[in-house]
Amino acid sequence: MTPQSLVITNGRLVLPSGEPAKADLRCQNGRIVALGAEAAPQDGDAVFDAGGALVAPGLVDLGVFAIDKPAFHFGGITRAALMPDQAPPLDHPARVRFAAQSGKPDFWVHPLAAATRGLEGTELAELALMREAGARAVSTGRRWIADSGVMLRLLSYCAMLDLVVVSHAEDAGITGQAVATAGEVATRLGLPSAPAEAESLAVARDIALAEMTGARLHIRQITTAKALDLVRAAKLRGVQVTAGVTPAHFMLSDLELVDFRTFCRFSPPLRADADRKAVIAAIADGTIDVIASGHDPRGPEDKRLPFADAEPGMAGAETLLPLTLTLVRDGVIDMARAFALLAGNPAALLGVNAGRLALGAEADIAVIHPTRPWIVNSDKMAASAGNTPFDRRPVEGRVLALWKGGARID
Amino acid sequence: MQPSSPSLSPDSPARSYPAGGLAFPHRDLTGIGQLARHEILYLLDEAEQWVELNRQSQKRADLLSGLTIINAFFENSTRTLLSFEIAGKRLGADVVNMHAATSSVKKGETLIDTAMTLNAMRADAIVIRHASSGAVRLIAEKVDCPVLNAGDGQHEHPTQALLDALTIRHALGLPKGSDLNGLRVTICGDILHSRVARSNILSLTALGCEVSVCAPPALMPAEIEVMGVKVFHDFDAALKGAQVVMMLRLQMERMQGQFIPSPREYRHLYGLSLERLAKAEAGALVMHPGPMNRGIEIDSQVADHVERSLITRQVERGVAIRMACLEVLTRRARQLPGWEPLGGENA
Repeated sequence: MTPQSLVITNGRLVLPSGEPAKADLRCQNGRIVALGAEAAPQDGDAVFDAGGALVAPGLVDLGVFAIDKPAFHFGGITRAALMPDQAPPLDHPARVRFAAQSGKPDFWVHPLAAATRGLEGTELAELALMREAGARAVSTGRRWIADSGVMLRLLSYCAMLDLVVVSHAEDAGITGQAVATAGEVATRLGLPSAPAEAESLAVARDIALAEMTGARLHIRQITTAKALDLVRAAKLRGVQVTAGVTPAHFMLSDLELVDFRTFCRFSPPLRADADRKAVIAAIADGTIDVIASGHDPRGPEDKRLPFADAEPGMAGAETLLPLTLTLVRDGVIDMARAFALLAGNPAALLGVNAGRLALGAEADIAVIHPTRPWIVNSDKMAASAGNTPFDRRPVEGRVLALWKGGARID
Repeated sequence: MQPSSPSLSPDSPARSYPAGGLAFPHRDLTGIGQLARHEILYLLDEAEQWVELNRQSQKRADLLSGLTIINAFFENSTRTLLSFEIAGKRLGADVVNMHAATSSVKKGETLIDTAMTLNAMRADAIVIRHASSGAVRLIAEKVDCPVLNAGDGQHEHPTQALLDALTIRHALGLPKGSDLNGLRVTICGDILHSRVARSNILSLTALGCEVSVCAPPALMPAEIEVMGVKVFHDFDAALKGAQVVMMLRLQMERMQGQFIPSPREYRHLYGLSLERLAKAEAGALVMHPGPMNRGIEIDSQVADHVERSLITRQVERGVAIRMACLEVLTRRARQLPGWEPLGGENA
């Protein structure tokens, strides 16, 4: 069924560059067919009056752990790359094929193929067959591949297949059982901790191997100043490396761990405040390419536990957009760059024609009031669990309407 | 200029504790970190009467008669459990011990469910030991009665720090109300994994001690100096000027090459022998929370040294301190005059 043609009028379009400008947008057969003056409504078109709000691409969330449609739709997310850390892991073509279909039609899931069988980091999984089954990239999951030989062979193989490798950068030998970053807070709380250099070590190795093989490497989360410096330098050398982060690491520091708040247990863990500021600087200067939610709803059975026994992760889909908009409000980035981080860049990494308002792109569109205030309430979230570290925080920015492939999502 | 020996500070809070329940406005004892200096002193002073009682042949005081105390130990313990059990019984309470090894915890019940179960049995106080930092605080949030931390992971072991402070105070012949101002204490051993070290650092610095910690780098927590201690890796240097040397137990599994090449190599660098003890201040006192690895972190000649070792005296004060904590924390339930139920955050 082809959705009705649609014209969104009276909105301010967030285009790949420049300030949002007042213009109309027309979609037909699920694609954007006209922008600006040519987008006048034709007979039979549905017309949506945006009332001066932002008209932006639907968010493309690069790295989520669960498909949780109500939360994604609340957050303006129309596509998500699903991490292979499922039970069982996405290390088999049939599972990838199933996952790729699991959200349609109103939400598209782009499975990330497990790089190694069972995500064990030892034997390569059937990557070409999984690409055939719909995998858009390859991921090491929540773990780092400790064996450099395996990582080298993985990257060279993925360079041949032209698949991006999404890596988790924490040197497992250093992190061990750590649940916090070494420093005053972890010391006072007596939490198993590892130095922040566990990240830069892992990043250094992965960049060296990517440079050697010519593979495209995306480090899903970079959270420390030292690792960001490595990425910055590698990009200058022309290495095909990109970096992501979640709002937790630019909003919060490890001070949040006092009182053993398990909603602040993440992987990688929260860092010192200097690292948090370095992440913001890296978002500003372009070192960081992607902001993702890392959406991982976890109920009390996983979170109402002693800190070190709790599972990491947060339900982040609903707060991804408003927390990123704080960076716009604070003048760190402009609106166009915010949506490049949230939609354009991740879509490009996944190789999908979406994530931007351009002729021919998929009509995944969010109408957004960028300053509408609301209060995060973990008891009343759309997500399947309320594990947010931002409970009771006032935020700004709310999705008013959302379309996937030109079809309105209620 | 530092005084050469500790003394009662002119402004010691012991001279003027707040009245009634204001002297200890906490429902639980989750850590030394939650206590002000005068609250630590209050518990030490309350323990003095129980030290006296415990030396009588008739050791019963039936203050807690009719109350039920549950010792919920999710991690193995012999001396702390026994100490809490004796403390509760001497106060006349009904004491029940729950061992994780024989409980439904092994069947997959969550910690919260276990806590709710204990709560439903209407315990009047729950004493908890658990292998995870923060576990005691988590349980305290879910139950209606006072919770006492008997050791949570690598976080805190508050009654150990209190009994250590009381033992030092007695060994120095200081009266009730005294702090330990100016005393130089060196703590040596596996600081990284030690809740005893954390609680003692908090309590001893609060009481005015100059605390040094000594461990190989792999067993020293990051940024520990922010807790107000001097950091040493060289034991001889750490001992210089020490009036009290507190040795920590080193877990055997950490001496098999993970953190330390071998037990004998550990002894070579950090074992407290008589020769090494001579590098501390003349007459320096020796403590150990037990159980000891004799011949590894501490030599028998030191551990059994009649004038210098306080180790058995620590055990003795342990019962008195735990009696004081149980008695003080149950005052609200027993409706003592002036001990009204707590409101707000402490409730």
